[in-house]
Amino acid sequence: MSVFVYVEDWNGALKKASFEAVSYAKTWADMLGESVVALVSGAAGEVSSLATYGADEIRTFTPAVSGFGVAEQVKSLSEGAKGLVIAGTNFGKTVAPAVAALGEGALSTNTISAPLQTAPLQVKRGAFSSKGIETITLEGAFPIICFTPNSIGIQERSGAGTISSASAEGADLLELAEKSVTTGKIALPEADVVVSAGRGLKGPENWGMVEELADVLGAATACSKPVSDIGWRPHSEHVGQTGIQVNPNLYIAIGISGAIQHLAGVSASKTIVVVNTDAEAPFFKAADYGIVGDAFEVVPRLVDALRAFKAAQ
Amino acid sequence: MDILVCISHVPDTTAKINFSADGSSLDPSGVQFVINPYDEFGLTKALHIKEAQGGTITVLNVGGPETEPTLRKALAIGADKAVRINATPTDAITVAQNIKNHISANAYDLIICGQESIDYNGQQVPAMVAAMLRYPFVNACVGLELDGTSASTKAEIDGGHASYKNALPMIIGGKKGLVEEKDLRIPNMRGIMSARSKPLGVEEPTSGAAPTVSATFEKPAGKAAVKMVEPDQIDELVRLLNEEAKAI
Repeated sequence: MSVFVYVEDWNGALKKASFEAVSYAKTWADMLGESVVALVSGAAGEVSSLATYGADEIRTFTPAVSGFGVAEQVKSLSEGAKGLVIAGTNFGKTVAPAVAALGEGALSTNTISAPLQTAPLQVKRGAFSSKGIETITLEGAFPIICFTPNSIGIQERSGAGTISSASAEGADLLELAEKSVTTGKIALPEADVVVSAGRGLKGPENWGMVEELADVLGAATACSKPVSDIGWRPHSEHVGQTGIQVNPNLYIAIGISGAIQHLAGVSASKTIVVVNTDAEAPFFKAADYGIVGDAFEVVPRLVDALRAFKAAQ
Repeated sequence: MDILVCISHVPDTTAKINFSADGSSLDPSGVQFVINPYDEFGLTKALHIKEAQGGTITVLNVGGPETEPTLRKALAIGADKAVRINATPTDAITVAQNIKNHISANAYDLIICGQESIDYNGQQVPAMVAAMLRYPFVNACVGLELDGTSASTKAEIDGGHASYKNALPMIIGGKKGLVEEKDLRIPNMRGIMSARSKPLGVEEPTSGAAPTVSATFEKPAGKAAVKMVEPDQIDELVRLLNEEAKAI
């Protein structure tokens, strides 16, 4: 039987994490010599595009409201599967453990690697808030992988999947009262570029230039813990050990000293740029590129330089 | 309102993490252990609920005797009683089964867990317990209002928020927002004294098959030395980001 992948609906559309999930399933399935079946939340738009990332069969279903309800559906629709892949979005992280509990499947969350081997399945996962990497072995007939978005990457493949619909019961123990998603903004956990600022900005009124920089780069904005604690920015932007953990291609930190708790949340970023007035700021030791300078001078210059760079491309 | 708060005993956020020579486990030497920060927000929320409408707060940990100081601290902060399930946690399913069995034997109206523990970052146990009990579950919970036998909750979802209504009992995976940082409490002398006489029960675990076998731990590879760029050489930074890092 195939490797299954659950594909979440993102306000009636597919999102990057969905393509990454299918890419992951395809890599795993190739190692096993198996095919990929995508179980797709019914409202998720152009589902045929999932074939581009390796889905051989695409089965749509009408999802339950709660993670538990969807878990029951996914569990029953993936009967006999060799394994299951779920993207580690906020919702995915409520579905995956519930599927594991229902099926007594072994689960790796926070997964940051493709399978190292398949019998038994072995992967790497982040632990101790990125201060450690765990190599974990999943025994049993139904291993489940929940991976950190952006950690594996999207891989396009050729192929045309067949599309069909499926149905399964899922109990809803929650009633959705309201859902509000900020449109036009890039979700932090799966952003390719993150622009983050700290107390060095001196006040919430100075975030305009951070947003401008994010805008030029197509980046998500983020902040340090002190900044969210004093209410300059919303909690949902706090990256660090007790906030959101990010692993973008590029992380730009402005006026953040780099406390160990902050570094724990961002150290998985591929390239880190640090701008700080204090040459002794610990963040420079964790950075790839550093500028000792005043954010109020450096950031506007960086915005101009990047605009010119983008225009020249 | 009978509230259960599940507490993980974890290395302090400032701790430097090292592993045993064979990579099989955390090296605890020199590490200060604390109440998992996510659980601390949950415990404080439980205190707010108790103060507003009465009730009892039980704190629970699955762990060895070394975790008792962490449970005593939770008692000093204001929990009424503590339970330690005497097992070294090896995998989420086993921990969840033990918590589920405890809940089944004791009627709680509300079970508050932290969204995740900052050691293994599994974010698995609360959803598993909920699935095993078929209780409503809200993860990344940043708001909770109780109204008799039902609850209104607010959760972070990718890029926004969702609000739910559901019947009690329920389980949440909480985080900052449930209460604010400034609401967190430090045990005072009276709390510390009274914690000594509050009950701390030890329950033996129920055995179960562990489906996940952990292999080894390692530290992430260190970064190469930082390249410094002069603040008036921004074009050079853009060039490096493009040509060298291939990040833009």
